[in-house]
Amino acid sequence: MTLKTMGVSEKTKELVAPWKGRKGGLIPILQSVQREIGYLPEEALATISEELKIPKADIYGVATFYAQFHLKPRGRHVIRVCRGTACHVRGSLKILDKVKQILHVEENDTTEDLRFTLEPVACLGACGLAPVVMIDDETHGRLTPDKVQPILDKYE
Amino acid sequence: MALYRAHVLICKGTGCTASGGPSVYSAMQEELKRRKLDREIMLVETGCHGMCEMGPIVVVYPEGALYCRVTPEDVPEIVEEHLYKGRLVERLLYTVPSEMTKIPHYRDIPFYSKQHRIVLRNCGYINPEHIEEYISRDGYQAFAKALLEMTPEKTLEEVKNSGLRGRGGAGFPTGLKWEFARKAPGDKKYIICNADEGDPGAFMDRSVLEGDPHSLIEGMLLGAYAIGADEGYIYCRAEYPLAIKRLKNAIAQAEELGLLGDRIMGTDFSFHLHIKEGAGAFVCGEETALMASIEGKRGMPTPRPPFPAQHGLWGKPTNINNVETWANVPQIILNGAEWYSSIGTEKSKGTKVFALTGKVKNTGLIEVPMGITIREIVFELGGGILNDKGFKAVQVGGPSGGCLTEEHLDLPVDYESLTAAGAIMGSGGLVVMDEDTCMVDVSKFFLEFTQRESCGKCVPCREGTKQMLLLLEKITRGEGTMEDLETLEELAQMVKRMSLCGLGQTAPNPVLTTLQYFRDEYEAHIKDRECPAKACAALIAYTIDPEACKKCGLCAKNCPVNCISGDRQTPYKIDQERCIKCGTCLEVCPFNAVHKD
Repeated sequence: MTLKTMGVSEKTKELVAPWKGRKGGLIPILQSVQREIGYLPEEALATISEELKIPKADIYGVATFYAQFHLKPRGRHVIRVCRGTACHVRGSLKILDKVKQILHVEENDTTEDLRFTLEPVACLGACGLAPVVMIDDETHGRLTPDKVQPILDKYE
Repeated sequence: MALYRAHVLICKGTGCTASGGPSVYSAMQEELKRRKLDREIMLVETGCHGMCEMGPIVVVYPEGALYCRVTPEDVPEIVEEHLYKGRLVERLLYTVPSEMTKIPHYRDIPFYSKQHRIVLRNCGYINPEHIEEYISRDGYQAFAKALLEMTPEKTLEEVKNSGLRGRGGAGFPTGLKWEFARKAPGDKKYIICNADEGDPGAFMDRSVLEGDPHSLIEGMLLGAYAIGADEGYIYCRAEYPLAIKRLKNAIAQAEELGLLGDRIMGTDFSFHLHIKEGAGAFVCGEETALMASIEGKRGMPTPRPPFPAQHGLWGKPTNINNVETWANVPQIILNGAEWYSSIGTEKSKGTKVFALTGKVKNTGLIEVPMGITIREIVFELGGGILNDKGFKAVQVGGPSGGCLTEEHLDLPVDYESLTAAGAIMGSGGLVVMDEDTCMVDVSKFFLEFTQRESCGKCVPCREGTKQMLLLLEKITRGEGTMEDLETLEELAQMVKRMSLCGLGQTAPNPVLTTLQYFRDEYEAHIKDRECPAKACAALIAYTIDPEACKKCGLCAKNCPVNCISGDRQTPYKIDQERCIKCGTCLEVCPFNAVHKD
């Protein structure tokens, strides 16, 4: 069943079920909830807490520790601007500035129309193509500031 | 089985995919079908060739001709000329930057001819999604040999004698580490592969995971057999979706053939392998933090002892190695410890994979014997500095490493010599820097990273890196004092000595090495309020020379903050108040009218 036909709490229960009674399930559960819902709403965290009998504080602790988890809704597309060493020495800061300027959005923030979320990341491991930006699962390399706008235009 | 007269290999690694590899692949597929060659010529998707700069890469065998930066439009020409008429497509061959000569064959390109590929031997050569291709390259032979002909003790002995040391950073002897876990009392033991490659500027593990996942699985099988473990985890960072997909596929194939599971090859040996996706925390590369993360907790390190070999995952004896270490093991068992230890230097055996990046002509992944010099790597394999600028430094070992200078160019690369010079082998990132790179800015860059990734558990790392960063920011703004330099050095020493885990203990290395080798640059920022490399935004200004300006308006059009004004009649001018000093105007000006001072 999809999220539309069942509530956040129901969906979360469904995702927790395979992990009941097994060790080490919290992070995979949070990952799958975020994959389905797009972020981690409070209701989902409360449900996980009840289902796994883990204090909410512990769950909150894990969810805020890792960069991957988000407690606020996210844009339809996530722009990851690589700020790794190789990209840095080849001008990734200019790419980041250009994205910010075009979308009027700050780092780790989402545009008002929920189209994009901008996230600088430490390294995408595509250093051979520096500077690099990853939008959703697609990698764009050898960028210059003037290539940013046409790339962003491809994402609705 | 069908016979093919030629093989066309197209790279589907992350680098080439981003450069348009998939469209070259589908163009080739269609063209071969259209010319009715699809039964004569086999098209293979491979993993990374390493020379990402030149991607998308297409290699045609049996000749071994390598074509660079291929576009879908080039495909009909390759088919017509090379595959039909047997003539090379000259214009797409690799050109040696210094001599402008074309090199047709893969193995003759300096980037490859100096390499010794053990870990990467299959990368770019086989289709990583078919276990049969791995098996045809002696895959799982080493495992069968160990399982059927060798005892676990003998297997361990072989790895110990090979001299293999951990490729994740610290260089601890692998055989010894295995022995600790083997000897630890307990009926349940785990092994883990650390694939949480988090160092900015490093992508060697990713290439192995994407290009040859079975070599890792076979290495882990051998480790499990030697140690006496029956369960293993691969902890892979979530930023590598393709690597995770290929690993899952590889595990399923190995399970199907009975190479993973219960009672493998009819023996009493059983091994189950799982994948855990990391959730984005650099500190999880530290082994105790990694185990906490697998257990579903915040990934924070714990003091050692107890070591994972005694008290690891869920309290059981556990052995952790990184991807490159595991991938070396099958070749060691297959060819013997003596063969392996004949490669390299006295204390550092075998090869090391480096990610060569930054301001160098050939960026990419290289595997070289230990003991090679930095000069050979940068100037021969790397082809020299981009735009033939002056070499300044090479940063070795990522955020935990250090910057080495011109005087270290002839240093043989091994664990001991790098540590003696103040850097570390680390995971093998090599970032080349030219005269335009400001070393103060570089050390600030690394500290920003480690400071952000500090987990916050111990005070020296949490507070110390923060204060160091504030000092560096002050210096790059041109507001530093000579006293700040002393404080910075003192803090760096303290953080290095007092931190709980490897992250904090090594975080000051970039600062300490740049202070040691480039102190004059720090002093220029402080005494002269000047950035010698003209990289620190607060200390430079961009101006337009009204005489040289041809009033084309390109600068104003490209300025990200619209702070340049002018028109066809009046020369363009930069509003210094609003300028963010990004340097775009300087890059786009066709008349060199923009100056940076």
